[in-house]
Amino acid sequence: MNAWPQHLVVVPVVLPLVAAAVLLAIDEQRRALKRTIAFACLVALLVAALALVQAAGEGAPLVYRVGGWPAPFGIVLVADRLSAVMVLLATVLGLAAFLFACARWDRAGPRFHSLLQILLMGVNGAFLTGDLFNLFVFFEVLLAASYGLALHGSGAARVQASLHYIVVNLTASLLFLIGAALIYGVTGTLNLADLGAHIPAVAAADRGLVEAGAAILAVAFLVKAGTWPLCFWLPRSYGAACAPVAALFAILTKVGIYAVLRVLLLFFGPAGGESAGFARDCLTIGGLLTLAFGAIGVFGAQELSRLAAFSLIASCGTVLAAVGAGQAAVSGAALYYLVASTLGVSALFLLIELIERGRAPGADMLAITAEAFGSPEREEREEIGVVIPATWAVLGLSFVACALLLAGLPPLPGFVAKLAMLDALLRPQPIASSSWMLLALLMFSGLATVVAAGRTGVRIFWAPEQPMSARVSVLEILPILMLLGVGVALAFEAGAAMRYLDAAAQVLHAPGGYIDEVLR
Amino acid sequence: MYELVLALAIGVLAACGTWLLLRPRSFQVVMGLSLLSYAVNLFIFCMGGLRSHAAPIVPAGPPPDPSLLADPLPQALVLTAIVISFAMTALLLVVLLAARGLAGTDHVDGREDER
Repeated sequence: MNAWPQHLVVVPVVLPLVAAAVLLAIDEQRRALKRTIAFACLVALLVAALALVQAAGEGAPLVYRVGGWPAPFGIVLVADRLSAVMVLLATVLGLAAFLFACARWDRAGPRFHSLLQILLMGVNGAFLTGDLFNLFVFFEVLLAASYGLALHGSGAARVQASLHYIVVNLTASLLFLIGAALIYGVTGTLNLADLGAHIPAVAAADRGLVEAGAAILAVAFLVKAGTWPLCFWLPRSYGAACAPVAALFAILTKVGIYAVLRVLLLFFGPAGGESAGFARDCLTIGGLLTLAFGAIGVFGAQELSRLAAFSLIASCGTVLAAVGAGQAAVSGAALYYLVASTLGVSALFLLIELIERGRAPGADMLAITAEAFGSPEREEREEIGVVIPATWAVLGLSFVACALLLAGLPPLPGFVAKLAMLDALLRPQPIASSSWMLLALLMFSGLATVVAAGRTGVRIFWAPEQPMSARVSVLEILPILMLLGVGVALAFEAGAAMRYLDAAAQVLHAPGGYIDEVLR
Repeated sequence: MYELVLALAIGVLAACGTWLLLRPRSFQVVMGLSLLSYAVNLFIFCMGGLRSHAAPIVPAGPPPDPSLLADPLPQALVLTAIVISFAMTALLLVVLLAARGLAGTDHVDGREDER
């Protein structure tokens, strides 16, 4: 029997599905109606996600047994603290992307709102599911929607980038299936909690198969997470996608990270028998390399969209490396960082489009060439009292906020997150060498972001080549301010948020209670 | 004997699929993905164990010996996987045609190698 709060768990999956179906049936011309329905659904989803965070925070994970079947036989949806927070984050990004798109992008192609709802359904489902094959299905749902959204607006660059994106993700899906089949072949179950209970007891002869299966699964997840060397598709696809879509795609890499954390820590947690801690070193090394790659990419990025994409890669690397350290306290801080950096990157992707709109195409490239070779035509002009238009000031301040958030400088939550991570990393004695490397790389990536953002910011806002004329509607600034506002709130309520995510990390690292609750 | 034939079939399909996937023409990539998905589908199917003359359905009456029945779950999984990969291939073909039309070449990078 499911009590009322447990039905809450299925709402973030069912609601967008119904909304998408209704939206499909409405003619494209009736835009106001479509927007109203989509907006109502997103607000309801936000309320449900907040209630879910509240309910999951009370302790034991909420388990929803679909169709009332007992756990290892039926499909379960499980909402623990981590899932609930990720659903909330996805919904906030969805709302921001929706508001931004309403200004003009939803007219650039058909069925934008339906695709957005289906993407949210897939993302929420992937966060909530407690079944390996179900996870595959939700991955496919969100990928199918993301293909449509990546192509939204069409044009040669988008089609070309989408072609690569689709092929890479289809291949990753095939790897996912191979991994899932291998694990099923050995253990005879696909329920994540049941797998967590079974894997410690797998016979020594079959252990290699399970580990191979889990490793193949992890490769499939890491492709989506954008881990080096599986991330070369990411900057191009995200850079080519239109702004609201790119902002929403910031959550897709987080789905990959979430899946890695959930699956690896559940299968090979401390109680994992002989395989305990399997692949943790790979996670650390992969994370460190990804962080280094992302930081260097940020450093060398000539276009703003590439800067945003590489900082997304760097943030993924940070989280993976921190979780690879294998301590709950570090993971808790890493989850806080994940939320904060996702908000920052998402806001930056939205901001980029507004900034680029007021500038000539290719202005970044020209400016860099001019810096390198000296620009002949720029002479000292008399500039006394330049009037800064209000919109441009808002954009500039938002850009500064994004940069501070991503670089991890006070007062925004990026700083709190990095501080907490470093504090937890340096607490155990003796300090592992990988911790020192992570520390150094975190400092370097922060510096790289500050330098890159500073360089770009100065060029755009203080020394523009031509007068800026950004025509921006309120509807487009609002979501950016909303995302940054959530970030600021996260910094003000850092204590409560950190406690919550710390508890989430404790469950990740000691999944015994999770397994018992699902299989009860 | 059956096991060997099936394993070889999966291996040949996967090898051909991987090779085609790495080719520069987009049609080859689609064929490669199709072959790979066949290999994966067969792989999932055989993960339930190879049996002949065993139904995945429990007959009415007293519960039969489970070792006489085939595992129904991989069959259900493979059905889902086939449908999904079929739909995704169709979608990829549309994108491929659009890319071909826009770029004027069927090279996956949208331009020919400079040679």
